[in-house]
Amino acid sequence: MAPSSHARRELLGLSFTALCGGALALDLLLILGLLGLIGYYGGRTFWQQNLVELELADGRKLLGEVHRREAVPAAQGGGSRLQLRVGNRDLSGADFLWVDEKDVVRRCEPADAVLLERLEWGGFYGRLIELKKGEQSLASGPGLEAAFERLHEQKLAEGEEVRRLEKGAIGRVNRALEELRLAGKRLELEAPPAAERARRQAELEGRTAEKQAEYEQLASELGALREKLSAETLVAEAADGTHKEIPVGAVVRAIYPNRLGTAGKLGLYLSRVWEFVSGDPRESNTEGGIFPAIFGTVMMVFLMSIAVVPLGVLAALYLREYAKQGPLVRMVRIAVNNLAGVPSIVFGVFGLGFFVYTVGGTLDRLFFPEALPTPTFGTGGILWAALTLALLTVPVVIVATEEGLAAVPRIVREGSLALGATQFETTFRVVLPAAAPGILTGLILAMARAAGEVAPLMIVGMVKLAPTLPVDTQAPFVHFERKFMHLGFHIYDVGFQSPNVDATKPLVFTTALLLIAVVTAINLVAISIRNRLRKRYAGSAV
Amino acid sequence: MNSTLTLAPSPAAPPAEPAVAPEPAAERDPALSPVIEKPIVEIDRLDLFYGTKQALKSISLAIPEKQITAFIGPSGCGKSTLLRCINRLNDLVDGVRIEGQIRFEGRNIFDPKVDINALRKRIGMVFQKSNPFPKSIYENVAYGLRIQGINKKGTLDEIVEKSLKGAALWDEVKDRLDDSALGMSGGQQQRLCIARAIAVEPEVILFDEPCSALDPIATAKIEELMEDLKKDFTLVVVTHNMQQASRISDLTAFLYLGELIEYGPTKKLFIKPAKKQTEDYITGRFG
Repeated sequence: MAPSSHARRELLGLSFTALCGGALALDLLLILGLLGLIGYYGGRTFWQQNLVELELADGRKLLGEVHRREAVPAAQGGGSRLQLRVGNRDLSGADFLWVDEKDVVRRCEPADAVLLERLEWGGFYGRLIELKKGEQSLASGPGLEAAFERLHEQKLAEGEEVRRLEKGAIGRVNRALEELRLAGKRLELEAPPAAERARRQAELEGRTAEKQAEYEQLASELGALREKLSAETLVAEAADGTHKEIPVGAVVRAIYPNRLGTAGKLGLYLSRVWEFVSGDPRESNTEGGIFPAIFGTVMMVFLMSIAVVPLGVLAALYLREYAKQGPLVRMVRIAVNNLAGVPSIVFGVFGLGFFVYTVGGTLDRLFFPEALPTPTFGTGGILWAALTLALLTVPVVIVATEEGLAAVPRIVREGSLALGATQFETTFRVVLPAAAPGILTGLILAMARAAGEVAPLMIVGMVKLAPTLPVDTQAPFVHFERKFMHLGFHIYDVGFQSPNVDATKPLVFTTALLLIAVVTAINLVAISIRNRLRKRYAGSAV
Repeated sequence: MNSTLTLAPSPAAPPAEPAVAPEPAAERDPALSPVIEKPIVEIDRLDLFYGTKQALKSISLAIPEKQITAFIGPSGCGKSTLLRCINRLNDLVDGVRIEGQIRFEGRNIFDPKVDINALRKRIGMVFQKSNPFPKSIYENVAYGLRIQGINKKGTLDEIVEKSLKGAALWDEVKDRLDDSALGMSGGQQQRLCIARAIAVEPEVILFDEPCSALDPIATAKIEELMEDLKKDFTLVVVTHNMQQASRISDLTAFLYLGELIEYGPTKKLFIKPAKKQTEDYITGRFG
């Protein structure tokens, strides 16, 4: 062989190796870039920046955070402009303003500039002037901040009390009233003899009146508490000199960003992160936390796993262990594989038609006729969503289980049979445990897919804002019929459906980061279980 | 040492003599098939077909109790197939058809009334490749008992210990009974499989080339063990290793192309074979 030909062949091999390595490096780069970008934007959302006060050439004064800085195209005069988050939506109508840097004549970071995070209307940027109760002044000047702090702590506790009353006692009375109303309708449907009917109706009416009185009393209690909560007001001054009275009870936090050191900002950051993952959303999901979405996602994935594992494993067992291998089984296998490629929205439509309308509608007619026409199970809910996703992911579990079963050597099965075990005993005592890691691999893939799926859920029970969690302290504690929130949909909602897009854009990244974290956490749990199983069966082929 | 054994019959080999006619036991040539006084398993004119291909041709032989009977022959001669008929493990293979009888303690095992699982409990098996279950050492041995519904800890402990001692494994594993069986060496795994087989106290244990995947030291241990087991069990061993057959077995059957060529006491068969084919095979003239 000519040496030149040999060198050429060597070179070809080397360049192919380089090509493979390059492709892998590119893949890794893209994935790391994705994670890095989401991590960077998502991670900095809650970092408090200093407040700047700008004096413009036309005499206007602005106070806020610099949100973004970008170059102005030369055609429009060049230079650069700032996007300023100025808050005070109730005064100016918009949270954000663009300022041409050429127009800025003075720029400073005043130490007394305050950011008030409020329950309503978003943040207030300005300075504190006075603490008032009605017309009477409680504090102003140097003692104001300390007085506010004391009062604010007390108001936070009172606010908590209001929430507890609303969700607790009043919620209970409302539910009791609703149950009495349904009992009345049930009585109508049953149509018992007139005498008994009159007796039971009278009883129901008596109890309704009782509960109604209880409700009135609680409502007046709540009214008093609310009034107390907003008795004291804080007078604050915006940058342009407008005064605004804000109830102390409506303030979440008062922050002086320009006085905070790095440690103080870090503390604030962590407290905001905690609020985000543990709190309820406010202001049509633009503020507050997303705990219901995290909970909904995890619970939906959990329910889906409970449904998909038996379904997929039993089907795979039949295909691999019991069915006579032939053209029919091959066709079924191909069909199952193809099922994994059906667009997810198709499953959503099927879920709506089958689970929600057919199964749910039937359940309603049979078990909840008194609530009709308001559907109970005949509308989207977390159970139907979980079952729809179980159908969507069952091919993954079937394929992985089949692979796991196929990896159990024939000789191991024969060993069990040779000891007098039946095929059933062999399957359950030897084959399934050995295939368990493979089954879990399928479950991990299924869960990752389910946690990220949004489209089919939009028509089978996922909502923008669910007033109650699917699990609470009210019997029967788990409410499969309830609608739920989902992180994937939340991303879409805050990103593209929000009335305040500039304010929520950072939340898109934060929520995406959280979704990745949740999926990773679920997967880590499953992987650690799988590793434990593998260790128990160390050296096993699967 | 037996590298030639797996070769296909060489064309130079002498033409096969006319097959031994499957005469009733009484008419059999005593030189080719000895009269067994107390047979525990009697194979009577057994034919086996894989689809249309006949793998066993009218095999008749009787296996004596508490002795070691070896099946030898070149690869593909049907010795493993014959062994797997005795505990009806061939039933699982698609397209298998069996004619003739195998009598275990006088009863035909192919009788539809026979409980196949009960039969397999009484006729244990050790496979060519060790096949421990993906469970702990303890659970591997206890498996056959648990299948029978024996779950009492004390009983299980006792039988597991007795079986592991019987398989000469107890001293090596008594401190790690809860470890995975798959972490053991090949020889230990094979002895575990023997312990697993004897735990259910069968009458017969079938060995399907039990040492083919083991090194000489592990092989020697298994052979020693088989000598011991002979006191309590009837052993039937398939092997392609003629030295092994001559070392351990009391009786040897030589199979070739699905036919039983010669069956007799091991010493006689190896020293003074009645058939030329047998002689050619054991002297290594074809494999």
